[in-house]
Amino acid sequence: MSIFEYNGSALIAMVGKNCFAIASDRRLGVQLQTIATDFQRIYKIHDKLYIGLSGLATDAQTLYQRLFFRHKLYQLREERDMKPETFANLVSAILYEKRFGPYFCQPVIAGLGDDDKPFICTMDSIGAKELAKDFVVAGTASESLYGACESMYKPDMEPEELFETVSQALLSSMDRDCLSGWGGHVFVITPTEVIERTLKGRMD
Amino acid sequence: MSKAVVDLPPKGGFSFDLCRRNEMLISKGVHPPSFRKTGTTIVGLVFKDGVILGADTRATEGPIVCDKNCEKIHYIAPNIYCCGAGTAADTEAVTDMVSSQLQLHRYHTGRESRVITALTLLKSHLFSYQGYVSAALVLGGVDITGPHLHTIYPHGSTDTLPFATMGSGSLAAMAVFESKFREGLTREEGIELVCEAICSGIFNDLGSGSNVDVCVITKGHKEYLRNHQMPNPRTYVSSKGYTFPKGLTEVLTTKITPLKEKVEVIEGNDAMEE
Repeated sequence: MSIFEYNGSALIAMVGKNCFAIASDRRLGVQLQTIATDFQRIYKIHDKLYIGLSGLATDAQTLYQRLFFRHKLYQLREERDMKPETFANLVSAILYEKRFGPYFCQPVIAGLGDDDKPFICTMDSIGAKELAKDFVVAGTASESLYGACESMYKPDMEPEELFETVSQALLSSMDRDCLSGWGGHVFVITPTEVIERTLKGRMD
Repeated sequence: MSKAVVDLPPKGGFSFDLCRRNEMLISKGVHPPSFRKTGTTIVGLVFKDGVILGADTRATEGPIVCDKNCEKIHYIAPNIYCCGAGTAADTEAVTDMVSSQLQLHRYHTGRESRVITALTLLKSHLFSYQGYVSAALVLGGVDITGPHLHTIYPHGSTDTLPFATMGSGSLAAMAVFESKFREGLTREEGIELVCEAICSGIFNDLGSGSNVDVCVITKGHKEYLRNHQMPNPRTYVSSKGYTFPKGLTEVLTTKITPLKEKVEVIEGNDAMEE
């Protein structure tokens, strides 16, 4: 059993037209037993920057607390929010620092950068960044998510269409993975608003 | 007295405080995660006026392709570039680190960086970690002493060569080089040979794939040809695509938060001071 399969997770981020969506499943399990169905995997760093953390839940929470702390220090010093590219570099450095005893987490970072241009990126557990222009996935359901996104993704989708696409990709991939599921949590962020929705999915 | 655990800013370098916990997990039968590797074919050759570097663009995580178009030719200095194979995080981190060190060195000396400097910095870092930083590199550049091409192995050994290949596709690429390389190639011949070698890796090695990136470095000038050749276009595109009608997904709750526009306050004269 791999350490990533201890808790189970599914994360996806997708780019649309001047907007982005980040979505996760809601199950928290201990191997094959489910212990929570409302677990939060996506955290807000600032209004236009979100990070989703898949993998071992305890490392995800610790890592989020460290990152939020570093961002708050940055806000106090620089008197502004961190750009998504800068934040991705920060996460990569924090993960690489633990190269020989890593956090068992795979982050998915999504934000609106300068001129509200969407930015998404994912990393492996030691900080190797993968910048993508279309979508990034992470978690135990990642293989199904890759397939679903490859076929369902279209460039320049409006927020409503993007929401539907991300939700369908997430739900269909979670159906093929035992360790993730129990509904979905989708954030769609545009330059003017943040829409947070919970999805009804199969509860098995 | 209880010890306060404060997240001090790190002093740099690696931190090993999670190692004990991770070893305990391994002893309990939990498999450690696989890191993103760049399966890779990377090549370099010296031509008449300088150095040409080439790389494929596939990044793998186990058997799955996680990035179909990643960048494996890393910037070290304006006249020096480095291709990286092995664990992706290691190649990125080690090339970024040496690039920063060289920038500081340039400020200190006021001179253009030399390829041998980058080589020494990279090999001493890799040797000191005894091969655990798994980065296999092809370093090339043109400096005041002429064009140079080197290979660096994860344990810290180096070679200086007129043509070099590294990565899982290195045998496929080396076969092309050994049959077609000669001294004094022109720029066009050099680029064509590099592309042929990378394509040989892309089509014959399973760890390499997607597109060909090329970087040409000559005295005082460099050209980074990203996606110079794209021999693997996506052909299975559905013309209509999937269209999901609005309202198809069942939603339980919706929360809309408008984002406040951040207004810049320009401080004028203090009104009280009149």
